[in-house]
Amino acid sequence: MTAILSTAVAEPTTRITSLLRLATAGSVDDGKSTLVGRLLHDSKNVLADQLDALERLSAERGLDGADLALLTDGLRSEREQGITIDVAYRYFSTGSRAFILADCPGHVQYTRNTVTGASTADAILVLVDVRKGVLDQTRRHLAVASLLRVPHVVVAVNKIDLVDFDEATYLRVVDQVAELAAALGIERAITVPTSALAGDNVVERSARTPWYDGPALLELLEQLPPAEAVLDEALRFGVQSVIRPQSAAVEPQYREYRGYAGRVDAGVVRPGDEVVVLPSGVRTRIAAVDTPGGELAEATTGRSVTVRLTDDIDVTRGDVIAAAVDAPTPVHEAEAMLCWLAGVPLRGGQRVLLKHGSATVQAIVTELHGRLDLDELKLHAASAFDLNDIGRVSLRLARPLPLEDYRLSRSGGAFVLIDPVSGGTLAAGMARDPGRTTSIEWEI
Amino acid sequence: MSEDRSGARTEASVGARPESTVSTIATTGLETAAHEGRSTFDQLDHLESEAIHIIREVVGELERPVILFSGGKDSVVMLHLAAKAFWPGTVPFPVMHVDTGHNFEEVLAFRDRTVERLGVRLVIASVQDYIDDGRLAERADGTRNPLQTQPLLDAISANRFDAVFGGARRDEEKARAKERVVSLRDAFGAWDPRNQRPELWSIYNPRHRPGEHVRVFPLSNWTELDVWRYVEREGIELPPLYYAHEREVFARDGMWLAVTPHSQPRAGEEVVTRQVRYRTVGDASCTGAVLSDATTTADVIVEVASTTVTERGATRADDRISEAAMEDRKKEGYF
Repeated sequence: MTAILSTAVAEPTTRITSLLRLATAGSVDDGKSTLVGRLLHDSKNVLADQLDALERLSAERGLDGADLALLTDGLRSEREQGITIDVAYRYFSTGSRAFILADCPGHVQYTRNTVTGASTADAILVLVDVRKGVLDQTRRHLAVASLLRVPHVVVAVNKIDLVDFDEATYLRVVDQVAELAAALGIERAITVPTSALAGDNVVERSARTPWYDGPALLELLEQLPPAEAVLDEALRFGVQSVIRPQSAAVEPQYREYRGYAGRVDAGVVRPGDEVVVLPSGVRTRIAAVDTPGGELAEATTGRSVTVRLTDDIDVTRGDVIAAAVDAPTPVHEAEAMLCWLAGVPLRGGQRVLLKHGSATVQAIVTELHGRLDLDELKLHAASAFDLNDIGRVSLRLARPLPLEDYRLSRSGGAFVLIDPVSGGTLAAGMARDPGRTTSIEWEI
Repeated sequence: MSEDRSGARTEASVGARPESTVSTIATTGLETAAHEGRSTFDQLDHLESEAIHIIREVVGELERPVILFSGGKDSVVMLHLAAKAFWPGTVPFPVMHVDTGHNFEEVLAFRDRTVERLGVRLVIASVQDYIDDGRLAERADGTRNPLQTQPLLDAISANRFDAVFGGARRDEEKARAKERVVSLRDAFGAWDPRNQRPELWSIYNPRHRPGEHVRVFPLSNWTELDVWRYVEREGIELPPLYYAHEREVFARDGMWLAVTPHSQPRAGEEVVTRQVRYRTVGDASCTGAVLSDATTTADVIVEVASTTVTERGATRADDRISEAAMEDRKKEGYF
């Protein structure tokens, strides 16, 4: 590797207005770590001492230049084995946008990390080696992106330099990607021809791909609309804590204060809104939206605030305050897709804890309907789910929860399963409304 | 309570900002268009809300939380966020300082003042006590950061703390980049990077077996620049040594070290007076100052935005020992 690196200083970026959470996923040796390194380096987000360390490490390994892939390998065993084991989080910014990058390992046995990274992502970046095209791992990564409903899917068709920047080879991979995306129910997968090693179409558009008139990868990422732009959803406010300071009030005037601290998980909350508290079903109105800086006229999705209600009713941690006009119905039973993330297999009848928002209830996995075969994209009967299996189950809950269809609401449908003894996280779950039909065959 | 949106509630003890200043922070592009007619919610708002959500969630799930508070800027910001999370109540749990005994006087004074102002209880775990009674031996190089682990773990056990909030950020260091927001520690306080829980959506799982505890990092997704921009926006007070001042220093290992009772020049190390500030605050014997003219928060933001060296690379001798220095310390139970 002979890339020439520099430590040119970025324009001081002191004002950043938007945030994009990006997850990367790639297969072994398709150059993902190099691409991430290239994004960080070429956007001037690698500092001099990091670069020094990189060059020193590269030299110790007998490489003839700095290996950008080493930028993202944080743990000793990763550097020793030359592989990435765990999700690494990276931070960079360009112009007015900040990025949180969850760099997920490509090895098939580490699918749980891709699920982890994708769960919070506004966009997922999947790498494909242009010489190899779509592989089993690509299929798995895109299936996870679809299952987790990542809003934007970007495919970097990498190592384009190794096919002499040949358009026809690129287009063959583009067709494969489009076919797979359609089969998975992904509305749009944007492809970009890149060479992470040489830098083509990563930060700057390349002159060596004159047949490609789209944006460079970073340009594209800068333009993707952030998820919070969707504000027309119905209000969901998860109550985390009841604030009743009494003698511990910061000022005597707040001794009688009673508010519900939490986060706007969907929609917008405003004083005067008619709401219903779930699961009790009691109706009331929002009296005020408080912050230490003053009352707000509204709080949008993602904001942590404290609300007061007009009526003195029983509200506790784990309750959901929802728009009265469009409130979910709390359920005792639900179907769900599960990504099983534990080393011990799941079997029918297993007792678990289920955490949804801030509510944790006892639950039983009553039935395993089938395990997803990622090659055929079909469910096959299975008596157990092993680590990294994805499948469909039925659950029974000890207390009703306002679960929503994950495909319509990420925050309303997402939950985790927890081992009641060790406290370990067992599975990522996505609730499915049995009353709704699906257009996507493989999800049946 | 005041119904006036634009007026800051000045009686609140948390350094609050009036909502009306938000519009001066968000200035351009997509977000303004997407949120037309709505209050803006910029990147710092995201980070603040995420951190408050994390703090409330862990406090809601566990019994005996504590915040690590050194007087360093990250711990100051974290305590500020905790105060906002439970306003208008006070912070409902204590703070703990793992005191190396190698402090800058002005940081200790700042620590005590802040604890007093917020009305929180301070627990001190003292490295000096351990050295005095022989439980720990002073290291040959005289630095004490690595000695903090045992007093920290003992204090966690003695107080039965089950959630320990730390101000660590993933952008600080490679091993930290791989750590979860809520990170399990076994009965020995050890971190097992090969066996971390998956952390999905923003559903945090701090459950653990008796004897184990979790470390919680609400600032995981913040960068050094984010911290400074937030300090400016919220008007948060920091110890004065974060701003440029004249100080007697000497050069060692490519860093400027202050002349203090804990760090004295060796033969051949010339003492000079320089205009410096600190980017991190820790053990005075191994924390370096940087040459700087930044006397205000706004100056610091410009300086940090254009720096070419990371915070730890510039100022922490103890992280230079090996490529995996931090990873090794974390596995043993360090912050």
